[in-house]
Amino acid sequence: MLKINNLHAAVDGKAILMGLNLEVGSGEVHAIMGPNGSGKSTLAQVLAGRDSFTVTDGSVDWDGTDLLALPAEERARAGLFLAFQYPVEIPGVSNAYFLKAAVNAVRRHRGLPEYDAMDFLARVKAEMKAVGMKEEFLYRSVNEGFSGGEKKRNEVLQMALLEPRLAVLDETDSGLDIDALKIVAEGVNRLRSPERSMIVITHYQRLLDYIVPDKVHVLSQGRIVRSGGRELALELEAHGYGWIDADGKAAAAASGARS
Amino acid sequence: MSTIDAWVAHQRERACQLPGAALPWLARRRADAIARFADLGWPTSRLEGWRHTSLAFLDQQALAAPAFAPHPAFALATLRAAFDEGDHWLVFVDGRFAPVLSVTGMLPAGVKAGALSEALNSAPDAVEAAFGSADDSASPYALNLALCSDGAFVHLARGTALEQPLHLVFIGATGAADTHLRNLIVADANSEATVVEHHVGGGATLGTVVTRVQAAQDARITHVKLQQQDAQAIHLAQIEAEQARGAYFASHSLSFGARLARNDIRTRFAGEGCETLFNGLYHVDGRRHVDHHTLIEHARPLGTSREYYRGLVDGNARGVFAGRIIVAQDAQRTDAIQRCDNLLLSRLAEADARPELEIYADDVKCAHGATVGQIDEDALFYLRARGIDTDHARQLLTYAFAAEVIERIAHAAVRKRGRGLLLSSLPGGARMEALQ
Repeated sequence: MLKINNLHAAVDGKAILMGLNLEVGSGEVHAIMGPNGSGKSTLAQVLAGRDSFTVTDGSVDWDGTDLLALPAEERARAGLFLAFQYPVEIPGVSNAYFLKAAVNAVRRHRGLPEYDAMDFLARVKAEMKAVGMKEEFLYRSVNEGFSGGEKKRNEVLQMALLEPRLAVLDETDSGLDIDALKIVAEGVNRLRSPERSMIVITHYQRLLDYIVPDKVHVLSQGRIVRSGGRELALELEAHGYGWIDADGKAAAAASGARS
Repeated sequence: MSTIDAWVAHQRERACQLPGAALPWLARRRADAIARFADLGWPTSRLEGWRHTSLAFLDQQALAAPAFAPHPAFALATLRAAFDEGDHWLVFVDGRFAPVLSVTGMLPAGVKAGALSEALNSAPDAVEAAFGSADDSASPYALNLALCSDGAFVHLARGTALEQPLHLVFIGATGAADTHLRNLIVADANSEATVVEHHVGGGATLGTVVTRVQAAQDARITHVKLQQQDAQAIHLAQIEAEQARGAYFASHSLSFGARLARNDIRTRFAGEGCETLFNGLYHVDGRRHVDHHTLIEHARPLGTSREYYRGLVDGNARGVFAGRIIVAQDAQRTDAIQRCDNLLLSRLAEADARPELEIYADDVKCAHGATVGQIDEDALFYLRARGIDTDHARQLLTYAFAAEVIERIAHAAVRKRGRGLLLSSLPGGARMEALQ
């Protein structure tokens, strides 16, 4: 269970998250939608432990652990996974080396034996097949020269290998055509399980046709302004974000007046 | 008291024992060279090309032979284990050819590879034509000519190709305080070879090396220099090439060792349609210093040059790169790209990167750029977000930044050796072995 309470975060002194509350139960999939600049990606980065964001107030409790007290690598080892909106290219490091280093770091932490080269290859090849990635992507540099779809598939592959308890997908649909979107969504759906929670961040409703969420939240001006079921996403699709922005501003003004 | 007079006296004493002492042309060039050295003295920071790398301290310093170095055969065995059986090896210990350690194997007809000291006896005319003079040299390279005791002489006859690389290994043992080596590579039309210069071991306190390459029409010569001398060595080296029409010359310089390493690397396009690749990597830490000064002279039309240098500068160390490209008025349709990128790994590290383009032609494509920066925060976070600890992530990104240079070495075994050297020079390299 993830409990985000009154989260405030800033970057370079500029407040982005301004009192965000969210609870995600075990095995649930929550979608977070919102206009550009509403703080969606900031939420993802803060949860994953990016140092450039400063948490100025609030707390994040994750199954009894103070998530914000852990450095990024320890969050990952404890089972938090962020699928990046823009996966980083790392020329000179083969995908195989990267994936094995990541998987073994996580396995060490969980008290599992590290994979040797053979076991790892067998495992990674099976997972690659499942996300429709060719084996050659193992021997190419991490994300270098990958198309948008290939990068996102590589993210889903990493998620499958690392078996997180909580996965945060940051605009995994951005830049994908419909075929790539379906493949990525299938990969995500395959990983849904009662032990695994997911936060799916997206600007557009269409991803939610394929990854059906349990709950939908609307983020505006750094806080959640509406929560509901799947129908909320459809409503946003039909009416756009204009009315939300107005709501958000009203809420911000109201809270300003209170303080 | 200045040591310059001591060097001059030293040269007079040694001259009659140096190879080719009986050859009048060589005696004359050596005399001219030592006179030039005495005249110029050690370069100081007052000279533009030595602004960041003054050798004034050599003026006051007496040189002593190193007290300890592993046996040359040991150093060589380690090196050879990394390469194919069929490779050719010329080995020099403390500045002299070591025939017992050398194996040239089956050389194709028309290919000669042996010691300069022997070639001065067997083919003095060919050596004379390739030897060069010190007339325009910086003083350390004039000293090299005056005192060179050996080196390799390689001749590739027209149309010959050396399939396996020729390794020139220079091992410093405990016998000499200074060594001076001169390598001559003469490639006739359409010939092809990869020559790898390894500088290893305890090393003389001061070593100078001059490697000269003449690439005739359509010849293809790749030169790889792997410098991994001990941390007290002073290494001063010049590589100078001249390319005739259509010739290809690649210079890869990987500099990991030495207290002070200076490389002057230059080529001149004397014919149309030449191509060159200058590719370099340096890693310095502690209080060490490395300096690459390069010059690519597009003297004729339709030349292509690519230059990529990368530096890893750690501790209190300093990395210097100055790359000059001259495009002569006649060199129309030149295509030149130059880049130098440095990664500073500590707050006290210092990197100077200076590109310099002089263009006198009007129809050219030239681009250059230089950067000095730190590890990319986005990439660092990406790795950490996958559970990789910060130290390992930094090491990985440092390796990756540097390895891009090594990937440009075409020969697989040489490339692998380069990666191995890089890993062994980096902190945490051992756990990244699998990257090789």
